[in-house]
Amino acid sequence: MLRRRVIPCLDVAAGRVVKGTRFVDLVDEGDPPELAARYAAEGADEIVFLDISATPEGRATLLEVVERTARRAFIPLTVGGGVRSVDEMRAVLRAGADKVSLNTAAVADPSLISRCAATFGRQAVVVAIDARSIANHRWDVRVAGGREPTGLDAVAWARRAASLGAGELIVTSIDRDGTHSGFDTDLLRAISSSVTVPVVASGGAAGPADFVAAVTEGGADAVLAAAIFHRRIHSIGEVKAAMAAAGLPVRLAKEAA
Amino acid sequence: MTPPPLVAVVDYGAGNLVSIEQALTAVGARVAVVPDPPALAGADALVVPGVGAAAPAMERLKRQQLVEPIRRWIAEERPYLGICLGLQLLFEGSDEDGATTLGILAGRTVRLADAPTLPHIGWNQVERRRSHALFDGIADGADFYFIHSYAGAVSDDAPETILAETTHGRAFASAIAAGALLGVQFHPERSGTDGLRLLANFMAIVDASRSGPAADPAKVLA
Repeated sequence: MLRRRVIPCLDVAAGRVVKGTRFVDLVDEGDPPELAARYAAEGADEIVFLDISATPEGRATLLEVVERTARRAFIPLTVGGGVRSVDEMRAVLRAGADKVSLNTAAVADPSLISRCAATFGRQAVVVAIDARSIANHRWDVRVAGGREPTGLDAVAWARRAASLGAGELIVTSIDRDGTHSGFDTDLLRAISSSVTVPVVASGGAAGPADFVAAVTEGGADAVLAAAIFHRRIHSIGEVKAAMAAAGLPVRLAKEAA
Repeated sequence: MTPPPLVAVVDYGAGNLVSIEQALTAVGARVAVVPDPPALAGADALVVPGVGAAAPAMERLKRQQLVEPIRRWIAEERPYLGICLGLQLLFEGSDEDGATTLGILAGRTVRLADAPTLPHIGWNQVERRRSHALFDGIADGADFYFIHSYAGAVSDDAPETILAETTHGRAFASAIAAGALLGVQFHPERSGTDGLRLLANFMAIVDASRSGPAADPAKVLA
């Protein structure tokens, strides 16, 4: 049976892992390959890297960080942040990423999703959606690191992205990001019930019960978190034990051979 | 002292080769990334990785003049490991884009039926249908990482080809073996300790196919 995934997210700026609250107030959290290797050993099902600086200098640093990480952690790696073209996606895949996540550039030019899917297969194309609540059960898509509203409805955009060739969606609630107030399960449910591609829940994890709710209430296929893992507030093992106790299929880490 | 086996990893532009190269190196192989036929010389084993669609993959293999060398390699019953698309290409054709593929195994690559989500992305259980050295030391039902929407449907005439099955919607062949021809639909290079173990087992199989004493996979991994 397909397992529900637990995914630590590493926000990377200038070659370091950082973490903010509601996308600002960044704090240094460590060396990316080091953290990725630690999470792989602790049972992470994948690693997500987001290049939050997304500058030209940052990009070269990121590719080097991706390759060092791919050589240390034998689990899948998704990389996102500032990818604007098929060629940029190719460079990230060649550096060792398995999937590339598109965000701002896909909103600006949705054909980027179909072009990347046609070149690399839809399984390699992830669309990250940063959503902000604007009314009851209505979410606006924001871009540029959560700063710019787009007027796009998050559920409609999710459906469109999937139909254009996205193989997976990472759905982040900007309202919850870094607040430790739990995932926005209404947002997750609205999107997961509208598409057949896997949905990754993001933004707001405080404790193991939130991961369970993201799946049981939100319909998420995978759950992503950053700060609670970086700061060792909860381990991946604790989260998975809670999910297993709730009857969810998870991959339980073995003791190292 | 015999040098470690030389594994040729076929590079036809199908994405991430860093992972497979690193994982094979981690289990003791010498790895050559091979873009053209001359680079195949001296290899002890062929690994064909890859994700994505069959038609562009076949197109690139043809352009790089690798189709005939791969066919010959398999005809000579030399060790071959196809991973994901590298397994699917062994079948006759793909429903994904109508591509004609190598046709070494009977059957076609078809879309996963009744799948609750597609693509099938994540860790899923690999259930053994018969024993094989490729899975030595790996628990039956162990989790491996999958990322695909299509899989080769093994012909009903050759059920013994199926080494293991995995269920997402319905069951599909997640590992096959026909003599020296091996294929897995999952990604051992992305499947943690069990994935490395499987690759170490493959190296032991390769080693045994040469004239030297077989390596102990447990030692290779240590």
